[in-house]
Amino acid sequence: MIAAARTILGKDLRIELRTKESVPAMVLFSITVYVLFHFGLDRDSLDGALAAGVLWVTLLLAAVIGVSRLFAAEREQGGIDGLLLSPVDRTALFVAKAAALFVFLTVVEVVAVPAFGLLLLGPGLGGAFPELLAVLALGNLGVAAVGALVAALAAETRAHELIVPLLLLPLLVPVLIACAQATEPLMRQDAVAEDLGRWLGLLSLYDVVFVLLSVAVFDFLLED
Amino acid sequence: MPALPLDEAGKYVAGAYVVFVALILVYVAIIGAKIARIDRQISELVASEDDE
Amino acid sequence: MYSKGLAPLAAATAVTITAALAMVFFYAPNDADQGFVQKIFYIHVPMAIVALCGFVAGGVFAIQHLRSGDSSWDLRSYVAIHLSIILGVGVLATGSIWARASWGHWWVWDEPVLVSFLIVFLLYCVYYPLRFSIEDPGRQARYSSVFAIAAGAFVPLNFTAVRMAESFTHPRVLSQTGGDLPGDMRLTFLVSLLGVALLFVTLWKLELTAKHASMQLKRLRNERLRNRARVAA
Repeated sequence: MIAAARTILGKDLRIELRTKESVPAMVLFSITVYVLFHFGLDRDSLDGALAAGVLWVTLLLAAVIGVSRLFAAEREQGGIDGLLLSPVDRTALFVAKAAALFVFLTVVEVVAVPAFGLLLLGPGLGGAFPELLAVLALGNLGVAAVGALVAALAAETRAHELIVPLLLLPLLVPVLIACAQATEPLMRQDAVAEDLGRWLGLLSLYDVVFVLLSVAVFDFLLED
Repeated sequence: MPALPLDEAGKYVAGAYVVFVALILVYVAIIGAKIARIDRQISELVASEDDE
Repeated sequence: MYSKGLAPLAAATAVTITAALAMVFFYAPNDADQGFVQKIFYIHVPMAIVALCGFVAGGVFAIQHLRSGDSSWDLRSYVAIHLSIILGVGVLATGSIWARASWGHWWVWDEPVLVSFLIVFLLYCVYYPLRFSIEDPGRQARYSSVFAIAAGAFVPLNFTAVRMAESFTHPRVLSQTGGDLPGDMRLTFLVSLLGVALLFVTLWKLELTAKHASMQLKRLRNERLRNRARVAA
């Protein structure tokens, strides 16, 4: 299973490196949304709850783009049927797709988070590390697992560009709540983590539930 | 002591229960329509059975 | 097969709801803080609890469907979710009325049940477009079941997250859904809860029966058409 997962993951990462379709779009989108927020909120710098909220909403919206495109390669080249007919272990497929999404999100964040610090964050990012990394890691895991599941659910529907955001965003509300609440004290002038444990705990619970659930149900998707 | 004068509060409470009853009635009406359709189709089936 | 026990169930529902209504208006005392407006609580909260249980039940039926491949479980899941969405409309409407009567706004963010309900409701509304945009019936049922399971698991997680968030921004002013109700109010609440729960099961069986009859009829007509064609040929 691991070997199969690694093969699919490698293929997806190589396709992305070659075509550069998802990740640059997600980065560009994030920065555009920061600009929108600057004008929409009419603020030069944000801190505390507002900063955390803007950062995480932007990252979640960018994730929607990534999820929409997760099975794009298969769909465009008629490869979905090939995937359906092949005896690929569905668990391997899920692991590969979720891992690919996790990698994409991480790469996007490497650019988008410092960009946020540059463009909109008042107090600067220094105080937020290393706690922010833990929040990002656990948050990405949740988004990756749920994102892969939603991408597969919507893969064969006719209206999948509509279904993906409508399904993904409500499902990610707990992730948003936990990440924003955890990040809020990190984005103040005197950045000291508050209650980090309880929010990381919520994120961990969410991640465990949805990784296990997705692995369990993925067998029933994308099969004929 | 009621926080709102009784006639004002009464309207809201009544409104809430009206919503509840209305939902039930709308639902029953939809199921009723469905049953009516089933009945009609059965009649058609029986009628065409008699034709043969 | 689905209609077994429907008549006594319906009778029990009628009796319980009537009793609950009588208790709400003639037995339960007026609340000290909220006054008469608090009576909405006896219809709003039971609907919310039953709807949430309905969503989780939809997920459980969906698990059975995926495990057994028997499409009758999918039908049970669909009807449970469908009914819970309708109840959900009622929850949001009565919750809004309660907010307006109690605090003057048509919506408040500091009731975690109401807020988490809005999120759950938004999620389950996608069930219909998802379901009906898949044409193959077997696939439609399977994908719907996957959704029902994921969404069913989501319901308690979401409620926990929202409650944790609200306890920071808005300390729980109203603990109406807690167990700290005086005895006669608690009894009224429990009877109302039972009434709404029985109503849900009754309507669930009713819709299952109607849908099942409709499906059987369709099969019968298709059979006849096929026999006719064979005879004619």
